[in-house]
Amino acid sequence: MMPELSLNILDVAQNSVTAGASLIQISILGDTGSDRLTIRIEDNGCGMTEEQLQRVTDPFFTSRKTRKVGLGIPFFKMAAELTGGSFHMDSRVGAGTSTTAVFGLSSIDRMPLGNIADTMSALIGPNPDIDFLLTMEQDSRGFIMDTRAFREVLGPEIPLSEPQVLNYIEDYIRENTESCGIKI
Amino acid sequence: MKSLAELATLREQMKASMNMRQEDRDKIRVVVGMATCGIAAGARPVLGAFVDEIAKRNLNNITVTQTGCIGICKYEPVVEVYVPGQEKVTYVKMTAEKAMRVVAEHLVNNQVVSELTIGAAQAE
Repeated sequence: MMPELSLNILDVAQNSVTAGASLIQISILGDTGSDRLTIRIEDNGCGMTEEQLQRVTDPFFTSRKTRKVGLGIPFFKMAAELTGGSFHMDSRVGAGTSTTAVFGLSSIDRMPLGNIADTMSALIGPNPDIDFLLTMEQDSRGFIMDTRAFREVLGPEIPLSEPQVLNYIEDYIRENTESCGIKI
Repeated sequence: MKSLAELATLREQMKASMNMRQEDRDKIRVVVGMATCGIAAGARPVLGAFVDEIAKRNLNNITVTQTGCIGICKYEPVVEVYVPGQEKVTYVKMTAEKAMRVVAEHLVNNQVVSELTIGAAQAE
């Protein structure tokens, strides 16, 4: 198990990195009215076959060769279902994969979101050529973090993996989360 | 709210130092295992500690990158250090504190932190 949902997000988004995605979109939407927290990770990577998609939530299935278990997706699914929520994956070979987990926002069994700024920095740092779009919203107040906009400002000489840039991105996410009053 | 104007200022500050960067092939590589096993065992703060410590010390000959599961899950978080011309060193059961030690002793002073390596862990 992971102690924070942001670690599940990091883990699931790593699958998108491995799938060769050039754009990974992560959205985190909290809604007090319907008491739902919806987390979606969407990529334009290589996608999965129907057979892989059927088996992906099985902990004893993995496409890896180094070991026989694949726990990332089952963990995320279990975390959602424990809160009375749901889990769904769509995928098409050559088009990409989307993973959606819905949580009971106020459920006592829902893990906290945790440090999403660190998760994004851990994704962007080692993968400076992939674009990431993070959308965070609670009760219609929110913000986006788009690495394509950062890239445009930085120009071709300065990669997103520079530690000062990663620090800026972490601060950007932290400060905007706070000023939008997002408490998930 | 943080603005893109701040990033533009940062770009101007950074431009001057970017020209002095070394070629990729001369760089030290720090590779952090970031599969489910690594993340669950605490790889994210380890990766963060390497990035922060390298930034603080202004070491621009090091890149921090990631890999998946290399099959030694019980030793996670696992970090591999590749210094050009030297044998790979595998550090196991890493923490943010141990990462700072590896930066100071291995990456800066070129002394492998033997007690944190997989060899030391297997001898136990």
